[in-house]
Amino acid sequence: MTVHTTSPQFKKNAAQALGDAQLQKALGNVKQGFIDKRVKAAEKLPEFEALRDSARDIKDHTLRHLDLYLETYEDKVKASGGHVHFARNAEEARSIILGICREAGARTVTKGKSMISEEIGINHHLEAHGIVPVETDLGEYIIQLRNELPSHIIAPAVHLNATQVEQDFRRVHTHLDAKRDLSEPVQLLTEARAVLRERFLAADVGITGANFLVAETGTSVIVTNEGNGDLTQILPKTHIVLASIEKLVPTLEDVSQILRVLARSATGQELSVYTTFSTGPRRPGDADGPENYHVVILDNGRSSMLGTSFEEMLRCIRCGACMNHCPVYHAVGGHAYGWVYPGPMGAVLTPTLIGVDKAGHLPNASTFCGRCESVCPVRIPLPKLMRHWREREFERHLSPATVRSGIKTWGFFAKRPALYRLATRAAMGALGLAGRGKGRFAWLPLAKGWTKYRDFPAPQGETFQARWRRERKGRAA
Amino acid sequence: MSARDDIFANIRRSLGVKGSDTIRRQMVTERLERAPKGVIPERGQVSGDERIALFKTMVETSLATVTEVASPAEVPQSIALFLRNHNLPATLRMGDDPRLRAMPWSETALEIAHGPSEGNDLNAVSHAFGGIAESGTLAMVSGPENPSTLNFLPDNHIIVVSAKDIARDYESVWNRVRFAYGKGGMPRTVNWITGPSRSGDIEQTLLLGAHGPRRLHVVVVRD
Ligand code: SF4
Repeated sequence: MTVHTTSPQFKKNAAQALGDAQLQKALGNVKQGFIDKRVKAAEKLPEFEALRDSARDIKDHTLRHLDLYLETYEDKVKASGGHVHFARNAEEARSIILGICREAGARTVTKGKSMISEEIGINHHLEAHGIVPVETDLGEYIIQLRNELPSHIIAPAVHLNATQVEQDFRRVHTHLDAKRDLSEPVQLLTEARAVLRERFLAADVGITGANFLVAETGTSVIVTNEGNGDLTQILPKTHIVLASIEKLVPTLEDVSQILRVLARSATGQELSVYTTFSTGPRRPGDADGPENYHVVILDNGRSSMLGTSFEEMLRCIRCGACMNHCPVYHAVGGHAYGWVYPGPMGAVLTPTLIGVDKAGHLPNASTFCGRCESVCPVRIPLPKLMRHWREREFERHLSPATVRSGIKTWGFFAKRPALYRLATRAAMGALGLAGRGKGRFAWLPLAKGWTKYRDFPAPQGETFQARWRRERKGRAA
Repeated sequence: MSARDDIFANIRRSLGVKGSDTIRRQMVTERLERAPKGVIPERGQVSGDERIALFKTMVETSLATVTEVASPAEVPQSIALFLRNHNLPATLRMGDDPRLRAMPWSETALEIAHGPSEGNDLNAVSHAFGGIAESGTLAMVSGPENPSTLNFLPDNHIIVVSAKDIARDYESVWNRVRFAYGKGGMPRTVNWITGPSRSGDIEQTLLLGAHGPRRLHVVVVRD
C-alpha cells in the first residue's frame, strides 16, 4: 500500500474545483482540444480500429504469460549490462531507488514524467533524505513548484492558466530580473527551458518511467514530446527506469503496433516527437549515455488483479483518452479524484491500489455514458469495471442505505437502456430547470455521498448521450 | 521469500498456473522467435519516388522542414544555406560518422566541432540509421558516430538520411536493426524522432522547442 494518499485533500479540492471559474475555463481546453484531434487522427488512418484490436490482443496475450515475459525481459536486461530490481509495493520501490541514488552519491535527481513515480511518492521520499528531485516535463515542473498532484495523466498542469504559471515562476525563479516580461506562454517556456537546462547538466541520477518494456530485447521505451525524458536519461551517470509489471510487451513489432494507437488516442499526433528505446548502459566507445542502468519493477497490487475482472485494466497504456472524453472529468477536473490517477481509468484503478474503503466513491463518479470505452485504444470496458466496483461495494454493505436503493433503481434502468435514456432525459430536463442560474446543486436526492463534498454540476437540460449525438451530428453536417 | 520470487509466485497464482507450463513456454518462445507483425497500414506500402514523397510530406506534417540533394557532396552547401536562410551562426557540431566525415565541409565557411554536446551548441548534424515513410520519422542509433546528445541539446538539429534507407514502416527498420545487431540485440539507444520538440503544457497551446531542438531540418540524400 502506498503512503501517498491524499483523500483528506480530495474533499477540499473537489469543493473548490466546482466553484472555481478559472478551472472550469481550463477544463474547456480539454474538451475542445483533445476530442477533435483524436477524431481527425483516427480518420486519417483506415486501419485504426484494426490496430486497436491488435493492441488489445497483444496486451491480453502478454498478461496471460506475464511471468514468462518478465523472466525473458530480466535476462535480457542483465545480458546488456543493466540491473533489475523487483518491488512488491511502494515502500520497497522507494527504498531501492534511494539506495541507488545514495550509491551514486546523488545530490540532484532529474525526472522524466512518470505516473508510477507519483504513485509511489518518490519525490517526498528523496527530499526527506536530502536529495533534490527535479521534475523536467514542463507540466510536471509547474505542478512540482505548486506542490500539487498532476490533474491529468498526459497534461499534468491542464488545470492551470498562463497567469498562474507566471506567478509561480516569479515566486521561484528569484535569480532572474524581476521586471522581465512573461506575458506570453512562449516566454514561460523559454524561461523553463533555460532553468531546467542547468538542472539537466548538473544531475547525478535521472529517473524516467517506461511506456513499455520489451521482453525480446530487454529494452525500456519512453514516449515524450518535449525531449525531457531523453535529457533525463542520457546526461546523468545513472539512469533508473521505474515501471510496473504490466508494461511488458513481447517484441519490437508488438510495441510498434501499440505505438500506432497511443499518440493518436492521446494527442492526435501520428507519433509523439520522441520515442526512445533504451537497452542497458553506455557501450564501449560510446561518447555519451548513462554508465549505470537500473530498472525497478513495481507490482503494488497489480499481480492480484490478474485472473479477476480487473485484469483488463492492466491493458491500460495511459493515453488519457478516457478522461478527455469523460463528462464527469470535464466537470470536476483531475484533482477531484483525490489521488494520482483521475478520470475513468482512475475510477477503476485507484480502488485496487489504495483500497475500496478509501476510493469507493470514485466508481460512482460516472454517468455510464460509455464514451470512455468507445475511445479506449485497448478497449478496456471501463463502465463495466466501474459497475463491478459498485457491486462489490454494494455487497460489502459499505454504502449507506440510500445509495444502495439508488443503485438498485439504477440497476433496473441499466438493464433497460431505452428506458434509462428516457428516464434520464426527463430527469435531466427537470434538473436543468431547477439548477438554472446557479449551474450547480448543493444537494441531490440519492446522491448525498456525492454532494456532501462537492456540488453536482447542473445538467444543461439534456443528457450527455443526447448532447453527444447532437454535437456529433452538428460536426458531421 | 525475495520480492522477486513473491511477485512471480503471485502472478502464477493469479493466472492459475500449476506445475509444468510447457505449452505456455512454447507459445512464448514461438512468439518471440516469430515476432508477428500484426496490422501494417497501407499508407506506407509504396516504393521509389512515391515513398520518398510520402516521407517528405509526413516530415512536414510533423512541423519539421525537409530538403533533397542529389549526392552526399552537396550536403555541406545545403546545410550552410539552411543556416544562412534562418540567420543562424555558421557553426556545426557532429559526431564521428564516416558518411558525414567524407563530405566536403571545407567548401563551406562552416566552423565544425566534433564529439558529443555539452549543452552549448546551437547547431548539430547527425546521420540517421533510417527513415520511416509512414510517419515521417527518423530512426537514430547511438554510438560515437552519432552521439545521442546531438539529438536533444542543440537548438537546431539537422538530420541527414540516405534515400535508400527510407523504409516503408517501423517493422522494416527493426529488420535492419536485427541484421546489424543480431536477433534480440539492440544498440544502447534507438531514437525515433518525429518533428521538433514541443509542449502543450501551458493552456494546451502548442509551442515548439520545449527541451529539445526548436527546429528540425531533414536532408534527404539521393545517389
Ligand atoms: S483506460 Fe484506455 S483510454 Fe483510459 S488511459 Fe488507459 S488506455 Fe487510455
